[in-house]
Amino acid sequence: MKNIKQLSIFAENKPGKLEHITKVFEENKINILAFNIASQGDFGIMRFIVDKPEKALEAFKKAGFTISMNEVFAIEMEDKPGGFHNVAQFIAKSGLNIENAYVLIEKDRQGALLICDIKDTEKAKKAL
Amino acid sequence: MSLIWNKKAECLLPLEKEQLQLERLQHIVKYAYERVPYYKKAFDKSGVKPSDINSLKDIEKLPFTSKAELRDAYPYGMFAAPMEDIVEIHTSSGTTGKPVVMGYTIADIELWSEVMARSLSMAGCTKTDIVQNAYGYGLFTGGLGVHYGARKIGANVIPISAGNTKRQLEIIRDFGSTILTCTPSYTLFLAESAKEDKIDLKSLKLRAGVFGAEMWTEKMREEIEKRLHLSATNIYGLTEIIGPGVAQECEVKQGLHLQEDVFYPEIISPESLSVLSEGKKGELVLTTLTREGTPMIRFRTKDITSLCGGECKCGRTTIKMDRITGRSDDMLKIRGVIVFPSSIEKALLEINGLEPHYKIIITRPHQLDEIEVQVEASESLFSDEIRHMEETKRNIENHIEKSVGLKLKVTLVEPKTLPRSEGKAKRVFDQRELK
Repeated sequence: MKNIKQLSIFAENKPGKLEHITKVFEENKINILAFNIASQGDFGIMRFIVDKPEKALEAFKKAGFTISMNEVFAIEMEDKPGGFHNVAQFIAKSGLNIENAYVLIEKDRQGALLICDIKDTEKAKKAL
Repeated sequence: MSLIWNKKAECLLPLEKEQLQLERLQHIVKYAYERVPYYKKAFDKSGVKPSDINSLKDIEKLPFTSKAELRDAYPYGMFAAPMEDIVEIHTSSGTTGKPVVMGYTIADIELWSEVMARSLSMAGCTKTDIVQNAYGYGLFTGGLGVHYGARKIGANVIPISAGNTKRQLEIIRDFGSTILTCTPSYTLFLAESAKEDKIDLKSLKLRAGVFGAEMWTEKMREEIEKRLHLSATNIYGLTEIIGPGVAQECEVKQGLHLQEDVFYPEIISPESLSVLSEGKKGELVLTTLTREGTPMIRFRTKDITSLCGGECKCGRTTIKMDRITGRSDDMLKIRGVIVFPSSIEKALLEINGLEPHYKIIITRPHQLDEIEVQVEASESLFSDEIRHMEETKRNIENHIEKSVGLKLKVTLVEPKTLPRSEGKAKRVFDQRELK
């Protein structure tokens, strides 16, 4: 288990918004490792795991976006049937509540990371 | 305490003031009647003659003048002085139809300089000040009005006019401007740009600002004073009367001193048109007591305010008007409820962390009016959790509902996407198609 940095960007739910965001990544030569989009009616929050989070934060602020960076947990899973189940079992036993989760598959395809946002960080750190 | 520019005119005793106003009123009514065909026709129609004005109260016998009549007189129909005596012309921004054209004689320009000198002095301006005048120069009265007043005081005027924000900030910093004059919304825009350009607003020499030409609120004043580190005062005026300088706040900042020796104010009910007593809220009606070029008799300003007499802590005895809280023609009727956009603004600005930029959109999708208020999701409102954002949205909706008594929908939009204005801000978009 490790901690990694996640970027959250506010976006209106309108055509072309994603393209506007990916352009900033492209122009700043930042590689996206994983992402997730949560939308609610007229706005949404896009979350990204990237190779250079600090640089991305700076670039988006400069481009006038509302953006925040926080630490999330990355839990290693085996990339095979039952891999996610093992992790889910463990999380359930620890009594942790996940706000939001998505998967990052590592380049070598030896394993996958479950990116999860757990607000009770102390409890999570102890359990994981 | 700042200097009172014209003690004689600004500190008149009640009886002296009334006597002076009556003499001037009698003169201007006769002058207008004899020289402007429109007034002759309107007075005759109402069956009133200049000789019927024997007390200040008799002004109520005279008919009102409204913007429509001034438009009909386009271009020179309201001029009372011969063309060779007119030395300057200004027009009011006509958003619909033809503009209103006003003419100034040498004496009118002197009057304007005088009331603007009084106004700037109230804000603390002296001959040692550097006035950065970011009101637009041209047919709009803002720029030249401040210019004439500052010149009369003997201050140093930087006639930069409106716009070009980057240059405005550089000049404030490099020239050491001490007084800023522009619209309040532009002031906030400047503060925002300064942050982006990494200009430290605390290090600037600005100490006072004279802001007007649009409606603003007490909360906006707090915001401006906090962000720009200056004392922000409110100025009022309109082209039809003279331009800026009709009224201005002193350092007490509780109401604007109206230059009563030259402009006579009344408050009327916009519905019944009857004159309301002091302290009552209604539409401001003004009469120019000494204007030569285009005298105005009982001009309906459409601005909603109230008047309050008595001596001010600053020593002036001129009547004070409240800040403008609405326009009788901007008044919105939403689902039968009367709403002024300014009251929505006031409620919005009471919410911590909210940027003072917003858009109000009114639609009627299914027989019923709906209002949407767009606000920017600034960093301080942002949370990386959808449900917190939803909560923030609901809190804003509830807060507005509580203070204006109207259910509406709040939409969060991306930062810096709502229009910033360099002049008067357009924030209300009525898209109802009324059949």
